[in-house]
Amino acid sequence: MVELVSFDWWLFCMRWLHILCGVMWIGHLWYFNFTQTPTVPKIPAELRPAVTKFILPEALFWFRWGAMGTIIFGLILAYMNGYLGSAIKLGIGDHSAHNTTIGFGMWLGTIMWFNVWFIIWPNQKKNIGLVQATPDEVKKAARLAGLTSRVNTLLSIPMFYCMAGVHFY
Amino acid sequence: MKNPLDSLGQTITLGFVLTIVVILLIHAIA
Repeated sequence: MVELVSFDWWLFCMRWLHILCGVMWIGHLWYFNFTQTPTVPKIPAELRPAVTKFILPEALFWFRWGAMGTIIFGLILAYMNGYLGSAIKLGIGDHSAHNTTIGFGMWLGTIMWFNVWFIIWPNQKKNIGLVQATPDEVKKAARLAGLTSRVNTLLSIPMFYCMAGVHFY
Repeated sequence: MKNPLDSLGQTITLGFVLTIVVILLIHAIA
């Protein structure tokens, strides 16, 4: 019988929660970049507030908290696996392709998490009206948030290579 | 000049290019 309170079960549990949060995060990131951003300009102007006033704030909530859950459970997982320190220094000197690979994945993911919480979300707050801003500031904030979201989409491709590839290396 | 990140196709292409760079770095380091 499988021991539900064993270390291995908790290790698996952290991986499961890390993946759940990661899907929540990157699912929304890809929704923004693959679906919402290209489609909004095609929507008649009078209907656009349905997206920007109702869907976007809700999507941003699950997006940023998904990112937070992903990094928290990811760090716990790396610590429990015993490779947190080695991965942070990209496995340099440890001759471990596994730790180098997960290290690149962790750094890419951490840059993406930083972008979400410190660039995208503060600028989106101006865009959705949670923070007062002039129309010019709103325009600039939306542009910066959009470009940073694109950077994260770009980074998600090598990040997933490293996260999934860790079982190959 | 237009930002390449304005294009979803170019963003994805750059993502795959960066993946190749990361693969090479993994092999160089490990």
